[in-house]
Amino acid sequence: MRESTDHEGKLDLRLWLRLGPYVKKVRRPLIISIVLLAVSSLAEAAYPLFTSYAVNTFVVPGVTRGIGLFALVYALIILAGGVAVAFYSRSSMVVELTTGKLLKRACFVHLQELPISFYSTTPVGYLLSRVMSDTDRISSMISWGIIHMLWNLCYIIGAVVFMFLLKPSLAAILILVIPITAVITWIFEKKILVENRKMRAFNSMITGAYNEGITGAKASKTLVIEEDNCASFGVLTGKMYRASVRTAMLRGFLLPLILFCGSLAVAAVLKRGGHQVMVGGMDLGVMSAFISYAVGIIEPVVEIAGVITDIMAAQVCIERVTALLDEPCLIEDTAEVKEKYGDSFEPKTENWEPIRGDVTFDHVWFKYPDGGDWVLEDFSLHIPAGTTVAIVGETGAGKSTLVNLACRFYEPTEGRVLIDGRDSRERSQLWLHSSLGCVLQDPHLFSGTIAENIRYGRLEAEEEDVIRAARLVSADQVAARLPDGYKTEVGEGGDRLSTGEKQLISFARAMIADPPIFVLDEATSSIDTETEQLIQNAISRVLTGRTAFIIAHRLSTIRQADLIIVVDDGRIVEQGTHGELMAAGGAYAALYEAMRIKEEDEEVFDGR
Amino acid sequence: MTRFLLKFSKNAKRYLLASILCAGVAIFFNFLMPRIVGFTVDSVIGDAETNLPAFLERFYERLGGREYLRANLIVCSAGVVLSAVISGAFNFLSRSSLAAGTERFTKNLRDALYRHTQFLPFSWHTEHLTGDIIQRCTSDVETARRFISQQLIDVVRTVILVVLALVIMFSMHPGLAAMTLGFIPFIMAYNTFFFLRIARKFKECDETEGVLMTDVQENLTGVRVVRAFGRERHELKKFDKWNELFAKKWIDLGLTLGVYWGVGDVVSAIQLMSVVAVGAYLAATGRLTLGELLVFISYTTTMAWPVRQLGRTLSEMSKAGVSFGRMKEILDAPAEEPGGETEPPLRGDIEFKNVTFSYDDTEVLHDVSFTVKAGTTFGILGATGSGKSTITYLLNRLYELPEGCGEITIGGMDIRKMDRYALRRGVGLVLQEPFLFSRTILENIDLASRSGDRALIKKRAAAASIDGDIEGFSDGYDTMVGERGVTLSGGQKQRVAIARTLMTGAPIMVFDDSMSSLDMETDARIQKTIREETKDATVLLISHRISTLMRADKIIVLENGRVIESGTHWELLEHGGIYRRVYDIQTGGGEADA
Repeated sequence: MRESTDHEGKLDLRLWLRLGPYVKKVRRPLIISIVLLAVSSLAEAAYPLFTSYAVNTFVVPGVTRGIGLFALVYALIILAGGVAVAFYSRSSMVVELTTGKLLKRACFVHLQELPISFYSTTPVGYLLSRVMSDTDRISSMISWGIIHMLWNLCYIIGAVVFMFLLKPSLAAILILVIPITAVITWIFEKKILVENRKMRAFNSMITGAYNEGITGAKASKTLVIEEDNCASFGVLTGKMYRASVRTAMLRGFLLPLILFCGSLAVAAVLKRGGHQVMVGGMDLGVMSAFISYAVGIIEPVVEIAGVITDIMAAQVCIERVTALLDEPCLIEDTAEVKEKYGDSFEPKTENWEPIRGDVTFDHVWFKYPDGGDWVLEDFSLHIPAGTTVAIVGETGAGKSTLVNLACRFYEPTEGRVLIDGRDSRERSQLWLHSSLGCVLQDPHLFSGTIAENIRYGRLEAEEEDVIRAARLVSADQVAARLPDGYKTEVGEGGDRLSTGEKQLISFARAMIADPPIFVLDEATSSIDTETEQLIQNAISRVLTGRTAFIIAHRLSTIRQADLIIVVDDGRIVEQGTHGELMAAGGAYAALYEAMRIKEEDEEVFDGR
Repeated sequence: MTRFLLKFSKNAKRYLLASILCAGVAIFFNFLMPRIVGFTVDSVIGDAETNLPAFLERFYERLGGREYLRANLIVCSAGVVLSAVISGAFNFLSRSSLAAGTERFTKNLRDALYRHTQFLPFSWHTEHLTGDIIQRCTSDVETARRFISQQLIDVVRTVILVVLALVIMFSMHPGLAAMTLGFIPFIMAYNTFFFLRIARKFKECDETEGVLMTDVQENLTGVRVVRAFGRERHELKKFDKWNELFAKKWIDLGLTLGVYWGVGDVVSAIQLMSVVAVGAYLAATGRLTLGELLVFISYTTTMAWPVRQLGRTLSEMSKAGVSFGRMKEILDAPAEEPGGETEPPLRGDIEFKNVTFSYDDTEVLHDVSFTVKAGTTFGILGATGSGKSTITYLLNRLYELPEGCGEITIGGMDIRKMDRYALRRGVGLVLQEPFLFSRTILENIDLASRSGDRALIKKRAAAASIDGDIEGFSDGYDTMVGERGVTLSGGQKQRVAIARTLMTGAPIMVFDDSMSSLDMETDARIQKTIREETKDATVLLISHRISTLMRADKIIVLENGRVIESGTHWELLEHGGIYRRVYDIQTGGGEADA
């Protein structure tokens, strides 16, 4: 995925405007938040006024009457402020979580529509942090970023207004402190931001080093390089040490500077205000209020500068999330198709024609989206419904291309793929995909029970259907071996089962819907003999009566095929039946021989 | 926990102490500011008696007393700025030494964890999940760091702050000071209680987030399944369910938090209000000066936030204990002991005598005995799971052969009596799936030998038939391996690992299925050069491929952990057992000669 890396100090408004639609949805709670925060911050800004009033009314003249009432009014204001805080916190939470929810959903929906090719070039971890953490950061900026900024802004405005009402000439001097503090904080925060980035880089290098140190433990031990590893790790943590201390010192310097600005303000009030009090131009109450403001106004300024740097930093997240949302869906149904057949989320199944499974490649030219040479050049092939096609070749030879095209996980660059005689683009993706039964090489199960996993193939299936499907492919033996039978939890990704067991479950999952088209990518990884036998039985049972594409690694499977396609280096080099191809003595014959040696070797050692 | 902390703060302690001392000074001068303001209001602008310590009083008189200050208010202002500067300077020193202290501690901890994982026995590594260990080494370290740099120091700082403020306040008006103090336990208790209470809710929210995260992750990793079954709608429904729940839980928490914040604000403001109202009453009746009232207000404001935070900090500090425990588990696991003969006779015969070995309860080697004559080539034929890799792991003591399970000797010395590292240095091992480090290819080849001799590295690479591949990369020998560079194929990795082992010139070389990804010609070529390069080394070849083994001086056949045949290539062919059958299959049928 494209991604720009340089966004130092530039606020890109267009990016923020992209969030408009999401913010619109939370208009109400956002407005409530803003109104309430204004109440809260104005209340806080008014506290020094009470001090001022108390000094003028009670302390200086030495009067105590009315202090009770004064305290009551003061307390009411405090209470109002507290209630406002409680409620704006809540609505801000609503704003945060709702925008976050909407953003996550938008990403998720888009990810369901992106082509498979996108997934083969983008790591899942990368996508996961887009969907989860980036959206979280954006939504917290929209809510708390705005809240903090506005609260402090309101406070400053309120304080400035109150000060001008009390004594304009003194207020004018105090206001000077605001821009000075703002500029200083801003400069430092930007520096700190850069340092933080460096620290994060070091931090991920340290994590990487731990990872390498642990996964490479065997290599390190056999090479006896433990000490060297520790030394280079020490260098890395040394760098991290220096970067961290530098950042802390930057921060440590900013704070006293701000304190200094505050003391300048107090000093100014003392000098100018004190003088005025002495000559009788101002009373002590006003002066004490000013002293409170002089101290109190600094922090909001610092906060605002801090929030702005946060916003700048969060911009990267917006960039990444919008880049994901802008990622083109290379395979998309046309408007007419969607009109008739519905889309992936709202299908109109009533308009779906039944599918027989007759597949035709009609002058197909194909190259993968990330470039490279033609993989298919003017390829034509008719596969009548019910044919078993085995695709063989070395690892990485491009065996899955034909399957991907037939299933419309990819679309031909030129030419057509016909399903039951009609261009597959004339029907919706879901129409075709709903008629597929797929068993992949590394069979992915979802966390949940065995029964739930089998039911994934037909969501409305009854329990008997699940058991019948399992029995058909001998997956019932897997369930029988487990403590809770079909109710056994398989763990994340099916981790609690062996590869062979997972594959049997995925066979049952594919079979439960009785699909007219069946796709099988045989496992290459070693499976124990017993399970292997069960899988072989399953294969022969599921092939009858449907069109099947098998990416084959076992001789017994290959021999069962009606048509064998030999692929090498991304191209189809031979096609025909087993007999024809053996007679030809070409690539297939050589491949067959190599596979035979491997399998027989295994048999010899496996106790014959 | 204290022992744990002290162990890793050896060179950090004095910085932490310095930080606390400086913080105390900084707070003291910070508290001086309001006092100067109070003094100015009372005794300069007003006409109250001065109440200064003796030395300040003398200074005040010499300066010219009240009259002088009234004419030169700037002196008071300068006092404020000066105390701010001093406070600021000590604040800076405090933070810098805090950083120096905690970062030293963190570095010590990180280095110790790394070092320990390096020296833990291999069996420990196979028993623990990588992700879990890494998490302990990263996020638990971070928790420990925060514990010292924020929580511990915050507590100390707040205590100093409160004590100092109270001392000054009590000296001015004990009654008002007592009232202010009265709020503090209440505020702290409220915050601690609240945080302990919502900690559970926080955990629930985190767990929901975990579920949502897993859901998305499963959807993404299983994308091919989702598409192949056309289950986008189902997936979206499931996602929506968790996404809604996640938002709902947090919004619920938001309500509680809102109340918490609101009440917290009110309590702090009431504290301030009481000071203002009661103080005003006291001042109006002449029992407190205006300046003192201003000092009270200022101190109360300064204390409010740290005291509120204290409750939260205390409740969070308990979490650190868990992290310390998790790290201790790693650090307390016993590491491999070196010790033993540092110059073992590795050029002698290798002898396995009645070796029996089990992982957990599964026996992988049963009464295995054989002798490898020094300087010869020895072949072991066996399938996956026959126990052939265990032989190599035992030979270089990645796994320790327990007492009473037989004996492995080299040059007549039991390998358990040798220094572990001397032994491993002497046994050059190439594995089937070798691990390359994310460094340059050159560095990877020179990893164990550390020769820095480019010409020699190239020569060894040529011997391993990998030089051509390396020259083909954009940066040649300086190409990075791994995520930040090229991804090597299995065969390329194997050949780099062979070159790496050849570099060491070890007296014993073991090739454990390490040519499995190479074609037979390359295999044969490499074997020939290996023999030439390592004239007097003892070579062990482990394979399931006859062509790799046939030139060995002696070959054994291993099945299910037992030696079932042994002899030279020709003897084994004559014998007509498994070796013969494998040979027939691999050479394509019945002919006896290839």
